[in-house]
Amino acid sequence: MTGGAAAERFLENRAMNPTDIIDRDSLRDDVPDFRPGDTVKVHVRVVEGNRERVQVFQGAVVRRQGTGVRETFTVRKVSFGVGVERTFPVHSPIIAKTEVVSLGDVRRAKLYYLRDRHGKAAKIKERRTARL
Amino acid sequence: MQAARSADGRCSGRSVTAELSGRYRVSERSSRTAGTGTFGQPSNEEVQDVPIPPGVGTGKSRDGEAQVVTKAIVGEKVGMTQIWDEQNRAIPVTMLRVSPVRVVQVKTPEREGYSALQVTWGHRRESTVNKPIQGHYAKAGVDPGRRLVELRIDDASSYEVGQQLTADLLTAGDLVDATAVSKGKGFAGGMKRHNFKGQGAGHGNHKKHRAPGSIGACATPSRVFKGTRMAGRMGGERVTTLNLEVVQADPERELVLIKGAVPGPRGAMVVLRDAVKAPAAKGASRS
Repeated sequence: MTGGAAAERFLENRAMNPTDIIDRDSLRDDVPDFRPGDTVKVHVRVVEGNRERVQVFQGAVVRRQGTGVRETFTVRKVSFGVGVERTFPVHSPIIAKTEVVSLGDVRRAKLYYLRDRHGKAAKIKERRTARL
Repeated sequence: MQAARSADGRCSGRSVTAELSGRYRVSERSSRTAGTGTFGQPSNEEVQDVPIPPGVGTGKSRDGEAQVVTKAIVGEKVGMTQIWDEQNRAIPVTMLRVSPVRVVQVKTPEREGYSALQVTWGHRRESTVNKPIQGHYAKAGVDPGRRLVELRIDDASSYEVGQQLTADLLTAGDLVDATAVSKGKGFAGGMKRHNFKGQGAGHGNHKKHRAPGSIGACATPSRVFKGTRMAGRMGGERVTTLNLEVVQADPERELVLIKGAVPGPRGAMVVLRDAVKAPAAKGASRS
């Protein structure tokens, strides 16, 4: 147990921010690498009464902001002709899984211009480069 | 009627907090640490001569009108972050470092006229402590700490000089009051200091947008009343925030997480004390 405490102290000293030792417990380690412009499938856990099912929200990432536990990303999809944007905390436990469907080639970090476009104009070019 | 209502309400308030105690998502690591340290026997290697007597830190009388404060501890504000609760919501928490606190003196109504604990924590070189205080520490047989703090509690008789108090004094779901010196804001205007409304942006207003407006009448009384709220020094005063919930207490890591904000800057000393005005029901008496 003392070894555990020493390890804790070591991690604590290595932590960049003092709150990292708590944040570390809240972070997920299964977050894929994705950025604005990519199309993702977010598998969201939905609780109905006492049963839980998974709902998929698929769309383009229009924004990713924040750092650490507070980091969030926004996914935009067009559902029955209506644009729907949903913001998720990256490390939220309600996300069962995040899948990257395709990579997008964009020149902005925030793709708010997509809100003013429909159809073909709102298409995001696919990024061809191999991801390391 | 008053008594009946509050006694009744307090019972329900208690049950709510009891329910809450298991609500937060506790990480694998912290659940393990919570499981290993049995109450009153901190798992640190530090020698503890006097075990905490049974009942301390658990007994909380909510039956009578007066809420008995049985426990209090000192922490250092580390910062704020968020954690996920059982329903996967983000809960804002303030992280406090609560290192073991050593009792230097127990004040009793018989001798000092009131009951309190005088405690210290941390370490300090002997050479930086003046002779009278050194003698005070020596009498208690306690190493000199960062500073001496008095914790007012209603019954200090169950504590002993030299005893160590750790973060396991608190458990998740407890309601506590947090006292600290708030951040200094300097010379602040009426809008910031007293929540004045200020004045309009338009309608011919010129350079008076944040001014307080009238501060009194004319020839009668031909003076400004004492205590009229105006601009001035703000912050840097002792502030107590009531009824904050303990989200997690981790004696091994010497951490306590408190839901919501706690007064003071990072690094400030914060005194945590049993809530003296626990609400009758959650959200009911916070109008």
